[in-house]
Amino acid sequence: MKFGILIQDGPYNHEASDSAYNFITAALERGHTIQGVFFYNDGVYNVNKLMDPPQDDRNISKRWSELGAKGIDIVVCIAAAKRRGINNDVIVPNVRISGLGQLLELAVESDRLITFGTG
Amino acid sequence: MAEKEKTKIMFVMRKAAHGSIYAYEGLEAILIMGAFEQEISVAFIDDGVFVLKKEQDTKSLGVKEFSKTFRTLEDYDITNIYVDRESLEQRGLSADDLIIPVKVMEAGEIAKIMEGQHVLLPF
Repeated sequence: MKFGILIQDGPYNHEASDSAYNFITAALERGHTIQGVFFYNDGVYNVNKLMDPPQDDRNISKRWSELGAKGIDIVVCIAAAKRRGINNDVIVPNVRISGLGQLLELAVESDRLITFGTG
Repeated sequence: MAEKEKTKIMFVMRKAAHGSIYAYEGLEAILIMGAFEQEISVAFIDDGVFVLKKEQDTKSLGVKEFSKTFRTLEDYDITNIYVDRESLEQRGLSADDLIIPVKVMEAGEIAKIMEGQHVLLPF
């Protein structure tokens, strides 16, 4: 199955980003396709490369960058990002900033769009 | 995408207009996605019904007042706007208190419409 992933919550404060990551990892292991990941609302903070958690904790933005390196299209909403000070200077490699049209495309092209983290 | 069936996308608005950004960024998403000629509908449930409350005044909150922007949904041919009757009544509201015409429906009816969607986007 082709899954699209929408993440609406930031890193660490709640589990949404972790749940999305775990869902994607499990789906890929079972041979499903991840059509793309879209970050909206506070979700845009998940790809901030400046995050530097203690060494014994997971680095959330690094994880998303690694998934991007595997060829998964990871998109950050430009309107939500601009509002929150997220731009090309602060995002991790292998993710890109684009418009909400990309979320629509993801919705159209995926068999299922799964959302994580609406408060 | 010319011959493909339109994708049915429902925005599910469950949070009040202010106090979080969900309603406002939800509206931004509706307006952008409304321009792409898919089948967009919006359901207002729980505190989401407050989003459409008439005569909002946000001056003392210091945040943007955006409820009037919902009047432009018509221009995007977004006319399937559903409001949960029980959510309205629980909050002492009726359709007359809302800024745009809506279809007031029972939860079960809205659930059926949800089942027919390809995508639900919660805000």
